[in-house]
Amino acid sequence: MTSKNIEYSSVQEIVGPLMIVKDVKDVTYGEVVRIRDPAGKERLGQVLEARSNIAVIQVFEGTKGLNTKSTFVRFLGETMKFPVSEEILGRVFNGTGKPIDGGPEIIPKERRDINGAPINPSAREYPRDFIETGVSTIDMMNTLVRGQKLPIFSAAGLPHNKLAAQIARQAKVKGEGESFAVVFCGMGITSEEANFFIEDFRRTGALERAVLFLNLADDPTIERLIIPRMALTAAEYLAFDLDMHILVILTDMTNYCEALREIAAAREEVPGRRGYPGYMYTDLSQLYERAGRLLSKSGTITQIPILTMPDDDITHPIPDLTGYITEGQIVLSRDLHREAISPPIDVLPCLSRLMKQGIGEGSTREDHDDVSNQVYAAYAEGKELRDLIKVIGEEALSERDRKYLHFADEFESRFVTQGSDEERTIEDSLTLAWELLSGLPKAELKRIDKEYIDKYYPKKEE
Amino acid sequence: MAPENTGTPEPKIAATSAEKPGRIIKVSGPVVEADGMRGTKMYDVARVGKDNLIGEVIEIMEDTATIQVYEDTTGIAPGEEVHPTGAPLSVELGPGLIGQIYDGIQRPLPRIMEEAGDFIHRGVSVSSLDYEKQWKFTPNAELTIGNDVQEGDVLGTVQESPVVLHKIMVPPEVGGKLEFVAPVGEYTLKDVVAKVQTETGTKELTMVQKWGVRTARPVVKKFDPILPLITGQRVIDTFFPITKGGTAAIPGGFGTGKTVTQHQLAKWCDADIIVYVGCGERGNEMTDVLREFPKLLDPRTGEELMKRTVLVANTSNMPVAAREASVYTGITIAEYYRDMGFDVALMADSTSRWAEAMREISGRLEEMPGEEGYPAYLASRLASFYERGGYAQVLGSEERKGAISVIGAVSPPGGDFSEPVAQNTLRIVKVFWALDSDLADQRHFPSINWLKSYSLYLDHVKPYWHENVAKDWFQLRQQAMKLLQKEEELKEIVKLVGPDALPPGDQAILEGSKMIREDFLRQHAFHKIDTYCPMEKQYQMLRIMLEFYNHTVKAVKAGIDIEKVRAMGCIEAISRMAVVDNSGFEPVFDKIEKEMSEEFKILEGS
Repeated sequence: MTSKNIEYSSVQEIVGPLMIVKDVKDVTYGEVVRIRDPAGKERLGQVLEARSNIAVIQVFEGTKGLNTKSTFVRFLGETMKFPVSEEILGRVFNGTGKPIDGGPEIIPKERRDINGAPINPSAREYPRDFIETGVSTIDMMNTLVRGQKLPIFSAAGLPHNKLAAQIARQAKVKGEGESFAVVFCGMGITSEEANFFIEDFRRTGALERAVLFLNLADDPTIERLIIPRMALTAAEYLAFDLDMHILVILTDMTNYCEALREIAAAREEVPGRRGYPGYMYTDLSQLYERAGRLLSKSGTITQIPILTMPDDDITHPIPDLTGYITEGQIVLSRDLHREAISPPIDVLPCLSRLMKQGIGEGSTREDHDDVSNQVYAAYAEGKELRDLIKVIGEEALSERDRKYLHFADEFESRFVTQGSDEERTIEDSLTLAWELLSGLPKAELKRIDKEYIDKYYPKKEE
Repeated sequence: MAPENTGTPEPKIAATSAEKPGRIIKVSGPVVEADGMRGTKMYDVARVGKDNLIGEVIEIMEDTATIQVYEDTTGIAPGEEVHPTGAPLSVELGPGLIGQIYDGIQRPLPRIMEEAGDFIHRGVSVSSLDYEKQWKFTPNAELTIGNDVQEGDVLGTVQESPVVLHKIMVPPEVGGKLEFVAPVGEYTLKDVVAKVQTETGTKELTMVQKWGVRTARPVVKKFDPILPLITGQRVIDTFFPITKGGTAAIPGGFGTGKTVTQHQLAKWCDADIIVYVGCGERGNEMTDVLREFPKLLDPRTGEELMKRTVLVANTSNMPVAAREASVYTGITIAEYYRDMGFDVALMADSTSRWAEAMREISGRLEEMPGEEGYPAYLASRLASFYERGGYAQVLGSEERKGAISVIGAVSPPGGDFSEPVAQNTLRIVKVFWALDSDLADQRHFPSINWLKSYSLYLDHVKPYWHENVAKDWFQLRQQAMKLLQKEEELKEIVKLVGPDALPPGDQAILEGSKMIREDFLRQHAFHKIDTYCPMEKQYQMLRIMLEFYNHTVKAVKAGIDIEKVRAMGCIEAISRMAVVDNSGFEPVFDKIEKEMSEEFKILEGS
């Protein structure tokens, strides 16, 4: 492209993270620009709007220190790229794709467009390989499968990081020793949080098989918009070029969405719900939909995005739009956390949409689906009774109802509760579930096939 | 806007050099402005930039046209050319649609995969139908050369799939003296199979028609739908039925089961043709349909479900403008099969994503926003979309009737039905299946809330049930509804005083309604038997449950403790009626019924 060698000094306007340059020629939509600031330092940006002679540029490292007099802009004629090669394993990158671990620059096999391209639905293979995370509430009740995107809906002050680290550490597929790696992407997280993950990966030796992308809380906001795209580009390379199974942890998606809103406001766009742009659904889907499995490839990308629900509100646009795109959600609850139940997973609003294909005979156990449904129903009933006894007292309940109440308590204290290093196999979880269910009369187990009741209902000495 | 009707076998929406190219002056996301476009018509297709991206003109101001582009615009620069094609966005209609999966602008995804690999890159040009494939064409024996034919008349047939006999019709707005019709034989879509002498000269007809997606295909007249669309889902068929030609909405927050419900309908409903539009939803869900449908057999024909299905998939991460087009592509295909006289069911999942695509484009155009940023024309767009459904006499000199049932999922933000898309939809549709997140949390599926949902087709389908199933169907349904309604009121009292404080009659109501809720309304979509429940079985289940209730009322009136009723063995048997084999369930049900009366007799005797 002809614009490549011209350096423009015609900056006209600077607003928030945006810069408007006039008298430009042959600028393409979405191309990367290199900006030289008055101090002579370079930073990157991207074209958001291209007109015949004007370009609107979003500046990645922030517009602080830029002026209209001695700021110079060069259009690079290509979109944002990330260098990929096997060498990225074990490395740490910042929001512009530069290594920040003191190691050498990456010698790229290829430089890939970080925006990726949508997977053709006919090229997808339906995810069905059960991932055992060792966490009962996930494995038995909200099963994760390879190629799924399953977010953790958390809130400020809840131990989502601990849970994510536990999943990353324990996740395995039964009977397979295939190569596995973690891509970690931190957006606007504190250095403490970043260190927690790095330390955890180091402690378990996972660091060599991890790629880290870090945009810390004091790094430019706008880089939060590109860093997950780089992370996913890296993940796609590892999964679909090197046939690896990749677990991508994206945290915290709330910070990502805030950055999106900031840009939209600076562009004076018509705001949607709560000031977030109307295209936030599409934008988020361009990240989340990069998870999956392909027919022609053996590698997979599984995503665990973490978001903190503002004010614990699950109807807030960020969790709401996420839930509409992802294949289920794991929800943490402040009430359980307060009662010292750990991990405080509230199973009722949790869901795994891909569960049905990943479980049952041949992958987990034949009674898995029925038992899970039964536990859900019984726990829901027990919880409803808890509300009831607040008004009428436990004495007013029938014998049967009291059993349900007891079931709900036992479920929380024994099934949900588990140590952050405790790994339960799916058989352990199912056995535990049967033990709890046996506190209910057999005839109440309507959701379980008779055959399985005969086979698995614990035999008690009477 | 006269749709192009001849089937010229060219790649889809080719750029014609007939008009002078314009030039891009602005690029902003999916919206491009170009000048030098005077003479271009609204909603005409234009090819944009050096990659020939497909776009549609959505605003004209003197020389300048605003174009929404159906592909990613990254890398496009002002100054590149824009070629108007002079034709609106159209679909190609002919043999080969069935079993296919298309993107939002009718490009077959498997062909895109052959061309471009696992990922969809822009600028891929593939034709919608296979023009090389040979189809066996059988001319209509009733035609006579020299006689007049009119729009909609059947020229011949092609066995498109084992269950779809595709009628090759005279396209709308064409008529005249029949000059030629091809004899039985193998033809491709390029071959001329008929010639008609029209007022403007002889028109050569192939097996393909083109039609602009934004214009409804004409019909002779529309009727009130009277036949139920049988879905095998108890809560739908018995409680909130939809008709062949009816419209329904399924609103629900995430995780309430919109997609599973839509899939269930696509699998089991007794329409001849299914058009499933995945509009801005998950990629894996479309893959699920693609991989699963060929494995499932239609209970009526014994053939693969895919042999009656057309899929349109524009997933959430595919370009937003094509998402806007995808529902129109879907409904136009549905109309084409309706014109043959088929009963078509169209599922749109989700119409909210379609509305959001409209909002996004409208925002880029800086239009004055209406409620929640949606454009002011949202309501009229929704209404005219649903209005393309219906039960109708279709074009043609012989009388044929066809239907399109439109079932739209709605994804309200935060599960709050007061938002504009849900509200505007509810003003149009006749059936409302309200999905409820509380039910979903308890894993009560389908989570259709029986108190909030409604169907305005009850009176329409009553005669069908009464003639084909049982005369007292409606009466039973009403009795069951009354029980459920009463339960809701009693629940409020129970919250204050506890269940034991209720009088025995009310306790009987709680038992009866609980049974209906848990054992009738709840249905397991992934259970090999329970996934589909025939009408007769639905009726018998409900009848036995209500009989149980009537017995219970009698028993408690006679002073029998409700606890004794609760301990009866038949309750468990009733709860497992749903999973009794669909063929030959009658003797099992008879036995259950007999045991139930005996148990009650013993109870009353003691």
